[in-house]
Amino acid sequence: MSALRRYFRPEQVRELVLVFLIIVLALFFGTQIRDYYTGRTFIRISTSIAIIAAVATGETLVVLTRNIDISVASIVGFTGYFVGMQLVRHNDIAPLVAVLMAIGIGAVMGLLNGILVAYGKVSSILVTLGTLAIYRGILVNYSGAKTITANSLPQWVIDLSSMNIVSIGELDFRLLVGLALAVVVFFQLMLTYLPFGRRLYAIGCNPNAARVAGLPSQRIVLVAFVLCGALCGLAGFMYLARFSYLTAVAAQGMEMSVLAAVVVGGVSIFGGSGTVIGALLGATMIGLLEQSLIRWLVISEFWRSALLGLLILLAVEGDAAIMNRLRKLWARSELQMAPKQENK
Amino acid sequence: MARSATSPAGGRNLLLGAWERLKSWEGLLLGVLVVIVIINSLQAPAYLSIRNQTNLFQLFIEKIIIALIMTFILINGEIDLSVASVMGLAASTLGRLYELGVPIEAAFLIGLAVGMACGLLNGFMIAYTGLPSLVVTLAGMIGYRGLAYVLLEDRFIGNYPEWFSRLGQQPLIGPFPLALVIFFVLLVGAIIVLQYSAFGRYVYVIGNSREVARYSGVKVRRVKMALFIVSGLVAALAGLLYAARLGSVRGSVAEGFELDIITMVLMGGVNMYGGAGSLYGVLLSILIILNLRNGMSLINLTGHVQTGVIGVLLILSVLAPNLARNIQATLNRRRMRHLAGTLSEAQESP
Repeated sequence: MSALRRYFRPEQVRELVLVFLIIVLALFFGTQIRDYYTGRTFIRISTSIAIIAAVATGETLVVLTRNIDISVASIVGFTGYFVGMQLVRHNDIAPLVAVLMAIGIGAVMGLLNGILVAYGKVSSILVTLGTLAIYRGILVNYSGAKTITANSLPQWVIDLSSMNIVSIGELDFRLLVGLALAVVVFFQLMLTYLPFGRRLYAIGCNPNAARVAGLPSQRIVLVAFVLCGALCGLAGFMYLARFSYLTAVAAQGMEMSVLAAVVVGGVSIFGGSGTVIGALLGATMIGLLEQSLIRWLVISEFWRSALLGLLILLAVEGDAAIMNRLRKLWARSELQMAPKQENK
Repeated sequence: MARSATSPAGGRNLLLGAWERLKSWEGLLLGVLVVIVIINSLQAPAYLSIRNQTNLFQLFIEKIIIALIMTFILINGEIDLSVASVMGLAASTLGRLYELGVPIEAAFLIGLAVGMACGLLNGFMIAYTGLPSLVVTLAGMIGYRGLAYVLLEDRFIGNYPEWFSRLGQQPLIGPFPLALVIFFVLLVGAIIVLQYSAFGRYVYVIGNSREVARYSGVKVRRVKMALFIVSGLVAALAGLLYAARLGSVRGSVAEGFELDIITMVLMGGVNMYGGAGSLYGVLLSILIILNLRNGMSLINLTGHVQTGVIGVLLILSVLAPNLARNIQATLNRRRMRHLAGTLSEAQESP
């Protein structure tokens, strides 16, 4: 038992529990919904998860530093719409240029957030509450109530959502899903192995200690917000590819799903703990729930928001109650297992 | 600019403090308000008439009622993001019950009770379980709105009895309708409680330093719980008044109101980290936002763009004091250094 405890840190236990819950949920919905285990459901759920996961990765970076970003939905909506509009007007823009444009614009929007939070010393909830409204206002003004539809977009954009990386029998792994997975893996590696990633944890865990230790906290928080914005830009492009139909209210309300995904995935709202893989698991659960609720006839789909709020509360509450106790138990058992050096 | 909790021990301090106040943040707000009103008056001739101003208040009466209680909560060092969703839930409860045939008076009371229950839940999570108010009210914002959608799905509920629809509109005392009278009563009550009562002092102290308050014997948990319960109740009342004014309810009623409400309070000089601010500043900032929104409508800006402008105001109203404080700190540091330099010079020369 003590050997097991050495292998499984409380955070990893939490992630395993989450995987277990996801499997249970999938099995449950399988019994309730007809034709649940088909390729089509898998595609719908996985592409929905992909977009949430991309944004959740960026949100994780911000939350790790003890900040929050609720303007993500507006950034996703704006970048998706803006790039879409450019593609409608100039059909010959290269795909790579379009993606880079989306990422770039998202990064600039994240930069504004970051400057106000890191250098203006304004609380991140207030900044992003404000930019949520500002970016949405800019989008509405820019769009002029025009809708982007599939027949005005270049063909490759529409094809993008049905391109597969690999097909195993009925299950198609879409390119968008693979992209999201690649993003998640990349950022998980970055957080674990790069000094920048470790510094994010340090700042979230104890901002004063980080400052006194000489970390360039302001610059790191700024970069976190810029990366979050860039990932939102990428997600905006994915949103455009997936739906090929955008209005000025594109992606409105997505920040709730993303926050739920991040919190459920084990990223502490107090900062300093959590992983991108956890956020991916959280996004999986949220995506699974959202897509399955639409098809489940017992409960109306309008329960979605209420469930999200409940999940966030349960996750934070559960973390506060259980994780702290688990950590103390684990730390105590670690001390007991360490060889007694003090007697020498 | 150092903002300390205003504490008139009697009427005398009001006069002494008046000049200080004028030179500070509230003076700035007054200046901005005058400019906006002048610009608006140039656009529309009868702008400053009683009827126009009453109408103006009418349009935002629900938001400004909630701004009063939000002032208490922000001074206390907490935040309540769920107020707009509680408005929506109370209104949706009213609509749903009315749809099911419940008499509207009962539905009204139940709506208020629902709001209080939401406030109770928020307060319990924040005060007794110790979760941060940001997360709890964010979850509440999402969850209560979700419950409103569950109740009404995507229907509109309208056709309320005559007296209900004119609840907010009917002139009651002079030209002022019921809703406006409620606001004035609540305003006076809020000023009395915040500036002149023990409870108000507790609110300030807890906001300043929760630990100091606790060690001084203040019942921190009870104060916080009380504040959030009142917040839920007031939000429900505002939601019901809004339903009466609109004449029809749907699940998305009052979506996004929390931005305006929080901006009204923060721009009024209330510090987000608690412990400072007064209702006079909030009153001025309410007037500014009301007149600004009206002015933006006069030049035909859409709702979303107007909301964007409010977002800019929110950020500026917190950024400006921060920057001012930083600049002043830098200037002070330079002055100190200069002073230290001249002192050491004086010491060196015999």
